[in-house]
Amino acid sequence: MSEQKIDGGKRTWIIASGCAGAIGAGFVAVPFVSSFQPSERARAAGAPVEVDIGGLKPGEKLTVEWRGKPVWVVRRTPEQLAELPKLDPLLADPKSKRNPDEFTPEYARNENRSRKPEYLVVVGICTHLGCSPSDKFVPGAQASLPDNWPGGFLCPCHGSTFDMAGRVYKDKPAPDNLEVPPHMYLTDSRLLIGEATQA
Amino acid sequence: MAELQSAPPGAGAGQKLLTWVDNRFPLSKLYKEHLSEYYAPKNFNIWYVFGSLALLVLVMQILTGIFLTMHYKPDAAKAFESVEYIMRDVPWGWLVRYMHSTGASAFFIVVYLHMFRGLIYGSYRKPRELVWLFGCGIFLCLMAEAFMGYLLPWGQMSYWGAQVIVNLFAAVPFIGPDLALLIRGDFVVGDATLNRFFSFHVIAVPLVLLGLVAAHIIALHEVGSNNPDGVEIKSTKDDKTGRPIDGIPFQPYYTVHDIFVSSVFLFIFSAVVFFAPEGGGYFLEFNNFIEANPLKTPAHIAPVWYFTPYYSMLRATTDIMVNILAGLLAVGAVLAILRGGFRTLGKIVIAVAAIIAVAALKTFDAKFWGVVIMGGAVMILFFLPWLDRSPVRSIRYRPDWHKYLYAAFVIFFLALGYLGSQPPSATGNYVSQIGTLVYFGFFLLMPWWSRVGTFKPVPERVTFSAH
Repeated sequence: MSEQKIDGGKRTWIIASGCAGAIGAGFVAVPFVSSFQPSERARAAGAPVEVDIGGLKPGEKLTVEWRGKPVWVVRRTPEQLAELPKLDPLLADPKSKRNPDEFTPEYARNENRSRKPEYLVVVGICTHLGCSPSDKFVPGAQASLPDNWPGGFLCPCHGSTFDMAGRVYKDKPAPDNLEVPPHMYLTDSRLLIGEATQA
Repeated sequence: MAELQSAPPGAGAGQKLLTWVDNRFPLSKLYKEHLSEYYAPKNFNIWYVFGSLALLVLVMQILTGIFLTMHYKPDAAKAFESVEYIMRDVPWGWLVRYMHSTGASAFFIVVYLHMFRGLIYGSYRKPRELVWLFGCGIFLCLMAEAFMGYLLPWGQMSYWGAQVIVNLFAAVPFIGPDLALLIRGDFVVGDATLNRFFSFHVIAVPLVLLGLVAAHIIALHEVGSNNPDGVEIKSTKDDKTGRPIDGIPFQPYYTVHDIFVSSVFLFIFSAVVFFAPEGGGYFLEFNNFIEANPLKTPAHIAPVWYFTPYYSMLRATTDIMVNILAGLLAVGAVLAILRGGFRTLGKIVIAVAAIIAVAALKTFDAKFWGVVIMGGAVMILFFLPWLDRSPVRSIRYRPDWHKYLYAAFVIFFLALGYLGSQPPSATGNYVSQIGTLVYFGFFLLMPWWSRVGTFKPVPERVTFSAH
């Protein structure tokens, strides 16, 4: 082999056809990789959900499924609401300034992160890695929580904690507050999740 | 091959057939090269059984997997039920399934021990770098197999485990959310995810895995096995035969060894399969006997035991940890500039790289760096052959304090594994953070520490006394 002279012309064409083949393979890969995307059926799913919140008592939580995710509706007690402003120094993003377009719609950019102060509507999926946090509404010392725990949510996966407005505490793995989904009140007791304005 | 060989006159039918085959396929040649004339060092100890055991478990996983596939349904609505059907209605289905699920844990036990053997005896050192690299590839494939296989029963841990791991990819800056969408094939882990994981688990990854196993063995047989002394047996050859004096043919000497060890292994394995298939909640987590519920995460979720050390590192990477990492990086860069003996250009490169790295650490979320740490903990293994600069291969001839260092490494690795299986706690998190630093320090500082100390003289030939 080594004694043979390299034919420059042939070498050039070998390289050229190799490149052409690689480009062709690249194009062929497109449909295969694209097939990994959500199907049309998956895209079509995801209509808004209507919930009756009339029976919800203060301190209670209701979970509804919207786009395959749990959405929580929590009716907060006056004590829980009064506690919220005091927690600001302990929180990573008390005013929901980080990625507001993604996590907090304009009508929820307030201390309570809600349309109506009493009702918290958030997607119950931790912004860290997507687990669903557990309710830890009872204040006080308990497993995996600080002794002065004021009540909120604890993510069982990586220990992120959230207050009663879905705001994440400082130095926890979750970077953002819980997502407030688009929602609106049709009447006092009927809530529509998935749409913020009447079409 | 040149001419056709013919069997000697008066040869039996068997030999004639073998000659016929050998003229068309290198059967005898392969048998000699890989078994009867593959010379392995005579001083192998108990650590050298885990490679063969891994092969045994691989065969078992493929076999049981084929039979499970006959009854399993990769459909979010039916998957959990079909696994219960295998357990209750398919004759002996419970045995096949428990062999497969226990086999997964057994696979990781033998592979971790196999890797540790390589670590202490320097089996990754020149010229065995590729053996090690193929091995690391196998380890990655195994992790992928285990992870995707765990989704298939569609239990609570399957679902939420997959949810967490797929969301790891979403932490990548800029492209993350789209990448996670591409992996899931839906906006949440669902039927599409289950179906594609099934495809990967039963065909795509096993094909790659088998290719890598073949490459691992071919590369090993090309360079020859290392041994507990880390002495090259090929450098002492018999003048007449040209065979290594300290080598013995793999067949029959080590095949007999391995068959004996296999029976011991199967003895223990059967005991687990029959009496404790859940492995106390470590092999099969109790929450996985509950069907997946996308609305409720179990109160305590943890990965299966073999992922827990890496999972601990992920959890340990909080904002404080990122600050510590940035600080260490800055100190390291300053030391490298002041004491490293680089030229001016090198110093500038280090300074700029360090500033960019620190800026990146502070710019992106701790969440992303947790993923980087977790991935890096596995990827760093690939660099081991070039990190270790010690003048000897085997731990036997290293300074004693190296042994303590290895011991500390193992203890921290086990501690990380334990903590990863436990609910998050403040103390646990501090220990995990220290463990993470020890783990990375062990590897990243290896070019420095592996050269320090008084090494013992390495013998010319392997040490071995017949028993």
